[in-house]
Amino acid sequence: MEKMLLRGGRVIDPASGVNQIADLLIENGRVAAIGENLPADGAQVFDAAGKVVAPGFIDMHCHLRDPGLEYKEDLISGTKAAARGGFTGVCCMPNTKPVNDNASVTRYILEKAQWQGSGVHVYPVGAISKGLEGKEMAEIGRMKQAGIIAISDDGKPVTNSNLLRLAMQYADYFNVFIMSHSEDKNLVGDGVMNEGFISTKLGLPGITRAAEEVMIARDILVAEAEGKRIHLCHVSTKGGVQLVREAKKRGVRVTAETAPHYIAATDDWVIGYDSNCRVNPPLREESDRLACIEGLCDGTLDAIATDHAPHHLDEKRVEFHIAASGISGFETAFCVSNTMLVKSGAMTLDKLIELMSANPAKLLGVEGGCLAVGSAADIVVLDPEREVTVDADKFVSRGHNTPFHGKTYFGAVCATIVGGKVIDQEG
Amino acid sequence: MRRKDLLGLDGVSREEITEILDNAMTMRQVLRSSNKKTAHLQGKSIVTLFYENSTRTRMSFELASKYMSAAAANISASASSVAKGETLIDTGVTLDQMGTDVIIIRHPMSGAPALLAKHVRSSIINAGDGMNEHPTQALLDMFTMREHLGDLEGIKVAVCGDVMHSRVARSNIYGLTTMGAKVVLCAPPTLIPPRIEELGCTVAPTIEDACEGADVVMGLRIQRERQQKGLFPSVAEYCDNWEITPERVALAKKHALVMHPGPMNRGVEIASSAADSAQSVINQQVESGVAVRMALLYMFTRKEI
Repeated sequence: MEKMLLRGGRVIDPASGVNQIADLLIENGRVAAIGENLPADGAQVFDAAGKVVAPGFIDMHCHLRDPGLEYKEDLISGTKAAARGGFTGVCCMPNTKPVNDNASVTRYILEKAQWQGSGVHVYPVGAISKGLEGKEMAEIGRMKQAGIIAISDDGKPVTNSNLLRLAMQYADYFNVFIMSHSEDKNLVGDGVMNEGFISTKLGLPGITRAAEEVMIARDILVAEAEGKRIHLCHVSTKGGVQLVREAKKRGVRVTAETAPHYIAATDDWVIGYDSNCRVNPPLREESDRLACIEGLCDGTLDAIATDHAPHHLDEKRVEFHIAASGISGFETAFCVSNTMLVKSGAMTLDKLIELMSANPAKLLGVEGGCLAVGSAADIVVLDPEREVTVDADKFVSRGHNTPFHGKTYFGAVCATIVGGKVIDQEG
Repeated sequence: MRRKDLLGLDGVSREEITEILDNAMTMRQVLRSSNKKTAHLQGKSIVTLFYENSTRTRMSFELASKYMSAAAANISASASSVAKGETLIDTGVTLDQMGTDVIIIRHPMSGAPALLAKHVRSSIINAGDGMNEHPTQALLDMFTMREHLGDLEGIKVAVCGDVMHSRVARSNIYGLTTMGAKVVLCAPPTLIPPRIEELGCTVAPTIEDACEGADVVMGLRIQRERQQKGLFPSVAEYCDNWEITPERVALAKKHALVMHPGPMNRGVEIASSAADSAQSVINQQVESGVAVRMALLYMFTRKEI
């Protein structure tokens, strides 16, 4: 069988506490050995000297736009972009056209990803409610059977608290958990950016932090009352982090993610009305940014997820008010996070890898996120020291919408390996 | 003029504002003469591109262009075409190709003039964008104030009405504070945007506090939709607490000016008895508007770049 030897890299595997310069041998798509001076013995040799060998990143939250919105992204371009970003697995949200609220759409996604995708594992997230309308529950059982990993009405909050409660009870039977997009639409109103001094200065309608926090609190309380599990998507505010921290302390089964842009960018980036800075939840303020970093450091926030939301250029080259919300995030996730979290001294690279690989794998209950012997050889090779300047025009993703264009960060993704096969390599 | 565009008064210096106001003095002489025709804009092309209704702003720009012999044209786009029709950038590029020197834009969305300016060669003058800025209004307000009060340094200007949604308020805050005036705002708390004080103004607890000792009492339009959107319970209650009335104006300095950018909602943000009083310069503001816009068009077609 095929063998590959990753030679001389620093193997960092937080799940098994490994951080050492070593060779890593892959056999039959699995990690066969980690050790010094392993014999090549006919294996294809990959020189990883000076690089970091880590479990591939797993993104709990992205939009692949397929079916129906292929002009923004499809399962081919999306999985290629994910591979370029070092991801070996991604969870795609159900707000496609049609919505992934039934087993047929789930199967379509999985089959297309399998036959035409880059090799990155695709874990579809099904809808909580039919058509994301927040009224009737979608066929969670059938979607689970077809292969969904979780449910979410992402992009739209579940306004009806009782629907949320019932979905929690019902989904739990199928061992499916809810990923909540926590947002009170009444509090959002016609807001297009964070409410604060910058929104006042720019004359753009603001979105109060309470729009997010009210629903985070609601979600936590419903989960607590039911004793069920809930995962909170893209937490962006200081108050939101604090609510999760307190809930965890009292034993609520809550987990949460934040996105690279919430730890790297703030609402003053909107000055000049760059529509690439329009995202939902909106870029907040410095105190929120620091709170998200603190939350990642102290374990309040479990994972970094990209909320990769590719859009067509036409949807961004318009007035800020009518520009689509979202950031194409796969290809900047590592360099931005590495710079803001590791280079800044807030955490070790081991911890960052845990947040991007081990923890998401654990939360999702999927393979990967670990390099212990016998694990799936889903691996990313990184050069965390290398300076990279983000060039959106070179994105593999169809979405070139990023506020990071032209900015310089540290950290390159050198290669992405899934099941022992190199699916992306820089150069 | 050293700048390509006038997108707002944020960042415009005292010297620049003074220069504009001085030029407007000259232009007002033209305006008041029997022969309102100069050759200042001969061979220049001025387009007004309005995505919102306007009477005085649009008409004053158009007349200003015509008094100075420009080729003037106007485009009205309905608000619905913003989202569905040709993109703003495409429209701007098209106008550019037709040889336009200055595009005057009004748009319901903040930042639209900035977006346009990035993509066209023509100079852009912002005639009001969303809740952001309306610089020519603030300039004409300052022109009118200067006329009556002289130096703007140290004067107190009370601004009462829908501050939240007002581009006039923001431009006046920027312009007046740059000129050394003190701006005091007053509105229901639901119509005061967060941290507005950080722009250099203050928020008065009551309209009486705002008017006390003021040199200018300026009203801002209260759209009736604001009440329907739940920002205050009724017009009657609004008037009880925030309407500009002669009694409240009496708390200001003896010869304080009563101003309003128009269109007024009489009996809502301002009582007719205040609007039509001897202290009111609301009609003069309209004349100032033409003079200021003539000055701006003159200056923007003679760029020193």
